[in-house]
Amino acid sequence: MQKNHVKYRIGKSRAFQILTTVLAFSCVIPLVAILLYIIRAGISRINWQFLIHIPKPVGEVGGGIANALLGSVIMIGMASVIAIPLGIMGGVFLNEYKKTRLAYWCRLSVDILQGVPSIVIGIIAYFWLVKPLGGFSAFSGSVALAIMMLPIIVRSTEETLKMLPDSLKEAAFALGMPFHRVLLKVILPVGFSGILSGVMLSVARITGETAPLLFTAFGNPYISGDPTKPMQSLPLLIFNYATSPYKDWHDLAWGASLVLLLWVLFLNIFTKLITQKWKVQL
Amino acid sequence: MDTPYTIPAPVQSPAPIAARAAARIRRSFRQIRTENVFKNVLVITGLLLVILVLGILLTLIVQSLPSIRLLGLRFLWGKTWNPVKDVYGAFPFLVGTLLSSFLALAISIPFSISIAIFLGEYHPRGWFSNLLKNAVELIAAVPSVIYGFWALAVLVPMVRSFEKSIGVQQPLGVGIFSSSLILAVMIIPYAASLGRSMIQMVPSPLKEAAYGLGATRWEVIRSVVLPYTRSGLFAGILLSLGRALGETMAVTMVIGNTSILPKNIFAPGNTMASVIANEFTEADKTVYLSALIELGLALFLVTVVINIAGKKIIDRFTHE
Repeated sequence: MQKNHVKYRIGKSRAFQILTTVLAFSCVIPLVAILLYIIRAGISRINWQFLIHIPKPVGEVGGGIANALLGSVIMIGMASVIAIPLGIMGGVFLNEYKKTRLAYWCRLSVDILQGVPSIVIGIIAYFWLVKPLGGFSAFSGSVALAIMMLPIIVRSTEETLKMLPDSLKEAAFALGMPFHRVLLKVILPVGFSGILSGVMLSVARITGETAPLLFTAFGNPYISGDPTKPMQSLPLLIFNYATSPYKDWHDLAWGASLVLLLWVLFLNIFTKLITQKWKVQL
Repeated sequence: MDTPYTIPAPVQSPAPIAARAAARIRRSFRQIRTENVFKNVLVITGLLLVILVLGILLTLIVQSLPSIRLLGLRFLWGKTWNPVKDVYGAFPFLVGTLLSSFLALAISIPFSISIAIFLGEYHPRGWFSNLLKNAVELIAAVPSVIYGFWALAVLVPMVRSFEKSIGVQQPLGVGIFSSSLILAVMIIPYAASLGRSMIQMVPSPLKEAAYGLGATRWEVIRSVVLPYTRSGLFAGILLSLGRALGETMAVTMVIGNTSILPKNIFAPGNTMASVIANEFTEADKTVYLSALIELGLALFLVTVVINIAGKKIIDRFTHE
């Protein structure tokens, strides 16, 4: 009698362990399905011609995604130039002025910013830049992307700096170094890997962002390097072509999806290697 | 240089030494000045971040004023959205957003909690759990437009045949159910990774005491680990809800985009985010545009509340 009861409890425990394991691993199924499907649909499209040509009109064979690739690189580059210095400074501020009232509000703002839906950022960029400048432009898209990068960089910088021992800073101050030199020559170099992985993570995140670009960069079927004009980007191209009714365009979008996926995966793996090499905790 | 500090020239010391001393003092003052400038720049950056968020809020409010003034509270309860006739009722989108988000949440919770328990309690280390951990991170890394495209090509036909088999009228495939499914996959990582770190923080003496009393593994999880981490798991779920509410692209691609009030979960609909994405560039009238922005404002406020609540719960949990 007693024994049966114990057996039942052990059996129940086993059953739940198996159930948990099965449920946990069944999440991998859609991921693998998506990855395999995109690789299968996209791999036949990708070749050198695909990367250096612009899309052809419906009905014509060939065509590539050169305009989207170039546009993505330019816009991410501009967004990084805006967001990286600001983000690192913000993180340093939060770490140096931990207990002040402004730091409290600043931290709250960063938390809010992290949760803002990307489409709302698009609306904001539209009213701050597209309307005053009188037209869709790549620059406004970059600003929208930069706003999305900021919270990730600020947070990772702050978390990295928080973990550095105080003695490091005190030693530098004891040598008579001024504050800015302590930061630039001691604190930031020591925390470099953590900050770098935060930056990489933020770049990986904005690479796939579509919603903030819908009414800022808008898209452009031709190659354009002018930041004051509309510009195409990879996710925008995928969205526009995937929702079109033409088979040729769908094929193009599959190829672009694979390129985008590889790009994002590469950034994530690279970040992972950095964090493993320097043992950073994010 | 227009230095405000005057350096007294030494009177009796030999000239070269005096010059060197003066140079050193001047350098010190210069560094003090740079230091102050640097500190000010830091504070200004902090201020800028606060201003940025306030600016976002203000812009949304100011731009949606025309529709707030014209429509008032009717905006939220009006059942028809017809920009051609200047009728703006956001109720279909509210229903679409809440229905798809909560359905997605309900689907994803068993999976994300399982992952959290598996990684936090059963297998915290080892290549096996590393594999799962990386896979979960990968789920978060895949861009939402790719989820949308895949859902459009693979999931929608599957849902369509499922709808046919259970006898739904108008088996379209696209609709709230499809978007909930894809959303569920996308939001799993947020609750799972937070839950994992919370479960790992359960003090082992608590668990050991339960084991010492003869509890099985499952009993320890059910009566020690889960009650201890309840608030943390709740915060994780809250954060995934925030994600689901604001998710735009994948939803836009599979929800069907009609402004009619959805009759059931298989019907096509629209969420607040997807209607903005679809109609923002087409909005030709001030009221139309500002009605869309009012939707954005509502979305912003809801996600702000959800995120702050989630963060507060996490903070309280980690400081205990």
